[in-house]
Amino acid sequence: MKRERQEFQVRPVRNESGIPIQPVYGSGDVEASGGLQMLGEPGAYPFTRGIHPLMYRKQPFTMRQYTGFGNAADTNRRFKFLIDNGQTGLNVALDLPTQCGIDSDDPMAEGEIGRVGMAVDTLHDFEVAFDGIDLDKITVSLTINGAAAILIAMYLACAEKRGFDLKTLRGTAQNDILKEFIGRGTWVYPVQPSIRLVGDTIEYCAEHAPKYSPVSVCGYHIRESGATPTQEMAWAFCIARAYADEVIKRGVPVDEFAGRLSYNFNIFGNLFEQVAKFRAGRGLWARIMKEQYGATEPGSMWLRMIAGGGGGGLTLEQPENNIVRGAYYALIAALSGAQTMALCCYDEAYTIPSEYAQRISLRTMQMLVEEMGLAETVDPLGGSFYVETLTNQMRAEMERIIEETDAAGGIVKLVAEGTIQSRVSAQAYRMQRAIESGAFPKVGVNRYRSDGDAANKVEMHPYKADDALAQIAALRRVRAERDAATVARALDRVEADARSGANLMPAIVEAVKAYASVGEITLRLVGVFGRYVEPVRFDHRDEELAI
Amino acid sequence: MNAAKPIKVVLAKPGLDGHDQGAKVVARAMMDAGFDVHYTGLRQTPEQVVDAALRVGADVIALSSMAGSHLPFCTRLKPLLEAAGLGDKLWIIGGNLPAQDHDALRALGFKGVFQTGSRLDAICDFIKANRP
Repeated sequence: MKRERQEFQVRPVRNESGIPIQPVYGSGDVEASGGLQMLGEPGAYPFTRGIHPLMYRKQPFTMRQYTGFGNAADTNRRFKFLIDNGQTGLNVALDLPTQCGIDSDDPMAEGEIGRVGMAVDTLHDFEVAFDGIDLDKITVSLTINGAAAILIAMYLACAEKRGFDLKTLRGTAQNDILKEFIGRGTWVYPVQPSIRLVGDTIEYCAEHAPKYSPVSVCGYHIRESGATPTQEMAWAFCIARAYADEVIKRGVPVDEFAGRLSYNFNIFGNLFEQVAKFRAGRGLWARIMKEQYGATEPGSMWLRMIAGGGGGGLTLEQPENNIVRGAYYALIAALSGAQTMALCCYDEAYTIPSEYAQRISLRTMQMLVEEMGLAETVDPLGGSFYVETLTNQMRAEMERIIEETDAAGGIVKLVAEGTIQSRVSAQAYRMQRAIESGAFPKVGVNRYRSDGDAANKVEMHPYKADDALAQIAALRRVRAERDAATVARALDRVEADARSGANLMPAIVEAVKAYASVGEITLRLVGVFGRYVEPVRFDHRDEELAI
Repeated sequence: MNAAKPIKVVLAKPGLDGHDQGAKVVARAMMDAGFDVHYTGLRQTPEQVVDAALRVGADVIALSSMAGSHLPFCTRLKPLLEAAGLGDKLWIIGGNLPAQDHDALRALGFKGVFQTGSRLDAICDFIKANRP
C-alpha cells in the first residue's frame, strides 16, 4: 500500500501556567520574549541565576525533612535518627491542636493529639523535643502559623535557656497566615489581627534574633489548593508585600527585616515550567524589593527558599512511583537553586512516613550532591533557549497576575472575602475532572493502572491513644508545678498588650517562660481579637476564571 | 420520592483538619450533579454537624477527613445523629481513610466510604442510588 506523505501536525501544548510550548526554541525566541536583560550573574542583581556567586559549590542545599509525631520524646528520637543519617536541618511537624492554638486537654483536641505532628502545650515540650540537639549547628524550621507568635517565643526561650546566643540563632517559622486562609486552614484570629501578629514577630526578631527567619511565605499550599505555578509565586509575592507593608508602617526600614523573609515553594508537574518559575521569581522579587520598596542591601532582594515537597503531584495509586517522582522534584529544586530542600515521602498519601521512607527521601537528595554533580555548577540550565524564553514568559505572567490582584483590591481583601479561595477551588475542580477524564495525564492513575496491589507496600504509622493521655497528664503536671501568680500576671500582660496595640512578642515570651500554655495564651488573644469566620464561596465556576 | 426535589447534602469538615481542597472539589461535583449542597467550612464539632443537618433538613450527611481522626470523630458523631432523629439519613465519608478502617466506618453507619482517588461521579452516583 502506498503511503501518502502527510503534513505533520504539531499538537498544541500549553503548560499549567497557560504558556504555549513550542517544539523547538532558538535565539530569536529568547529575544522576542525580552532577551537576557534580567539574566545577570549569579550572586548579583537581579539574581535570576542564583542568590550567591558560587551557590552549592560553597554550600550544598540544606536537607530538611518534615518530621514530628506523638509526643516530644518520640519526635526527639526521630530528629536524632535523621541527624545521624546526614540531615542538615530540622523541619518540625506539630499536631493540629497545637497548630490551632488548642491545649491537649481541650475537648476539641480529642482524637487529634500527636496525630499529624508533635503535641506542644508548654515550653516543657520544646525542652524535651530539642534535648541534646545543638541549636547553633542545625537550623530548625517550625511549621506553625495560627499559633506562630507563641511557638517562635517558645523556641527563642528554649534556645536562651540552653545558653545559645539569640543574636546568632538561625531557623525559620512558617508564620504565613494569609496562605492559611487560602489553604491548609490552621487560622485562629480574623485577618487583620493575624497580620498584626506576623508584623510583631518580624519586628521583634529583627531586633532580638536578627539571623532568625520569622516568616516563610508559602506559595506551596496555594498551589496545593489549585493554583497554577505562576499564581503560586505571584500570590506569594503579594502576601510577602502585605507583611512588609505591615512592618514598614511601624517605621522599620526595609533593609532591617527584608533579608530575613524567606519562601516555601512547591514542585510538581512540568520540569521546565518549575525551573523557569524559580528563575523568573528570583528576578521579579529582586526587582519588587529594589524598585517598589527601595531596598539597597542585596540580602533584602534575595528570594531565599525551601522548595520541594510535591504532595499535590504524588499519588495514592502505585505509591512506589512516588519515590521516582520525588527524585525528579529534588532534581528540579537543585537545578533551580533552592537553599533548602524537603521531599514528601512515597507513603505520605497513606500515613506518617516511616523511617524507611524518610531515609529514601534523604538519600535521594544526598545522591544529587554526592553522585550526580548537581552541587558543582551554578544555574546549569542558564542559557538554554527554551529555559530563558520560558523564564521571561513566566515572569511576565507573574507580573500580570500581581497587577490583576492589586487592581481588584489587593491580596488581603481578596483573601478576606474568599475570592482567591473560590477561584483556586474552581481550578482544582477543573483539574480533578481533567485527571479523571484522562485529559491531564497521570501515570498509574489515568494511564498504566494496576489496581489492587497498592496499600500492602506501605507500613502504616501506629497511633498510640495512650500517648494522648500521657500528654494531657504532662500538661497538668506543668500546670501544677509552675508559679500560678507569675502565669496570671504574664497572661494579663498579653491581653493588655493585645488591646493597646503594643508589639505582643515581649509579653508572649514572658508568658511562655512562665510555662503558660499555647491554649491559655491563644484564648487571651481570642478574647481581644475574636476568631476568624470562614467565607464559604463557590462562585467562580466559569471557564476563564478571571478574578 | 419526589424526583424534582434536589437532594440536600450537608458536607462537613470534621475536627481540626484544614485540608479542604478535596471537600470543595466534591462540593462542586455535587452541585454540578444538581444536589443542594451546604458546605460547613472547617473545624466542625460533632454537635455542629448535627445542627447543620437539622437546620438544612439534610438527606445526606457527608464528611471529608484527611488527617486521620475519622474513627474517633465518627464514634462521637454516631449517637448524636441517632439521638437527633437523623439515623435514617445517608451518611458518607471520604478522604484519607486507610483500608483497615473501612469496615469500622461502615459498622458506625457510614454506608459510603470513599478513599482518596475515588471518582467524583462515583460519589454522586452512590448518593443518587442510596438517598433515603
